[in-house]
Amino acid sequence: MIATEESAVDPVLERVKTGIEAFDDLVMGGLPRGRTTIVGGTPGSGKTVFATQFLAHGITDLGESGVFVTFEESPDEIEVNMASFGWNIRRWREQNQLVFVDASPKDRDELVVGDFDLAGLLARILHAVKAAKAKRLVLDSLTQLFDHFVADPTTVRRELLRIAAALKKEGLTVLMTAERNSEYGEISRHRIEEFVADNVVILRNALDKERRRRTIEVLKMRGSRHVEGEVPITLVENHGLVAVPLSSLRLEQQSSTKRVTSGNAELDRMTSGGLFRDSVTLVSGATGTGKTLLVTNFLAGGVAAGERALLVGYEESRGQLFRNARGWGVDFEAMEADGQLKVISLYPEAQSLPDHLLTIRELVEEFKPDRLAIDSLSALERIAPETGFREFLISLTSFIKQREIAGLCTATNKSLIGGQSASEQHISTLTDSIILLRYIQEGDMMNRGLMVLKMRGSEHDKQIRRFTIDSKGMHLGEPFGGAPDVFGDAAIAGPAT
Amino acid sequence: MRTSDRTQGKPLLVLRLYIAGDASAARRALDARKRIIEAAAEPINIEIIDILERPAEAEAAGILATPTLSDETVTPPRRLIGDISNTAHVLEYFGCSNKDTTA
Repeated sequence: MIATEESAVDPVLERVKTGIEAFDDLVMGGLPRGRTTIVGGTPGSGKTVFATQFLAHGITDLGESGVFVTFEESPDEIEVNMASFGWNIRRWREQNQLVFVDASPKDRDELVVGDFDLAGLLARILHAVKAAKAKRLVLDSLTQLFDHFVADPTTVRRELLRIAAALKKEGLTVLMTAERNSEYGEISRHRIEEFVADNVVILRNALDKERRRRTIEVLKMRGSRHVEGEVPITLVENHGLVAVPLSSLRLEQQSSTKRVTSGNAELDRMTSGGLFRDSVTLVSGATGTGKTLLVTNFLAGGVAAGERALLVGYEESRGQLFRNARGWGVDFEAMEADGQLKVISLYPEAQSLPDHLLTIRELVEEFKPDRLAIDSLSALERIAPETGFREFLISLTSFIKQREIAGLCTATNKSLIGGQSASEQHISTLTDSIILLRYIQEGDMMNRGLMVLKMRGSEHDKQIRRFTIDSKGMHLGEPFGGAPDVFGDAAIAGPAT
Repeated sequence: MRTSDRTQGKPLLVLRLYIAGDASAARRALDARKRIIEAAAEPINIEIIDILERPAEAEAAGILATPTLSDETVTPPRRLIGDISNTAHVLEYFGCSNKDTTA
């Protein structure tokens, strides 16, 4: 993600907001006013949603009316299809805030002989622009226009150039969609982008390891800077397209020195005073090593200190989580009744990773917790392609830090002793602290060990501490005598001599 | 339905010619219009619609290209786009006979 600069930067390019917040950030505030942008994408990549949202945002939030030239669906179809995003197109049409030019395929006998021009189309567009006093214009999609005059692509190209020039003269900010044949091939069929567009944006809906991954990419912005690379997007009911911003755009959060309790007095001592207020801690261990217990302590410790705590669980049901807590002497029910705790249990497969991220963000906005636990990241990793998971983690950790929340995430090792999970590899560089929970064999005994592996900006106890679990929770004991290998496949401590 | 009209001797074919202003293509289309009317074996009425002056009609009819010669009395509308200078061909396309061939 780096910003590129083209030679002729116009510092006074006024920006037109698209209503897709994180996208506007990518293009330094919005699409340049009075310019033409091509939005390319395969069928189903969200081109029409993007285009409609661009118009909707102008109408509902900025008092800029628009014209929608449709070559594909009829205006009535668009009205129905876009209703689920909360856009009342019917009302906008009645109030002349949105005027359609209906160029959708109609049943007619038509024969094209010799040369023609598209003055008819241009006249209709300008007529609609005048009627709506439009500032924004959408043509969706140009590919259909080419298909209409399939024998004369050269003429259509010439005419489109003429139309684009005329629209520019009117000062309109124009968004044209174009169909692509493949996600990573040529930019558009008929190479439309080469002759009319100042800017090129690509929407993708790629299949990656059996998962759909939607992204948006700004390919070109004439005379202006933009952020490079694909950014995840998702379609949200009553909202439209939402881009999921990556943290690297804004890494300005300052680290606080304020400590909060981990919920375990002994662990607080090991970390020289507890976890940092705006930090993310990873708890990694095999199944049954006590990760959920550590999470429970973390939540209870926060609530006891008068904080608000949020748990988002992806592995166990609410009932199960409550039962676990009770088994360790923690009463989640009472905490929830007091409004200090919120426990949400979600099924990882129920939605895509960007949607999960949005859910977490919404929960945080709504509940405003001081601490947040996620149990476990490994469950989420199951549903995502690798690149998507890394982006998710980056966004999640930066979000947690921005909100100055103390975060605790768990990751499950696949092997029972030692070993690293993939989420651990991803997240270890992104988290501030790492706590390892391991089974450690001593002679014919299997014991549990805890180790603070990393603690950013602080001293910590580097010993591997024995611990036990009973009905009162976790008890940290003495360090292991030998030098157990907590990373290797065979974490076997030497026999105690 | 056109055959029944024909027996009563009214203008049988009503076409519309959509043009844009007075560009050279529009002027050529207007010349062609004259020749079509002269060559037709039966009376033809071809209404001229300048879409620059009457864009609402272009919108209502769904016109994209000019020149377009259109028969909107049939369903679906029958349209000829582009070069309409080949009179015989145009008449044939709209199902109208030519004076020379009917003689």
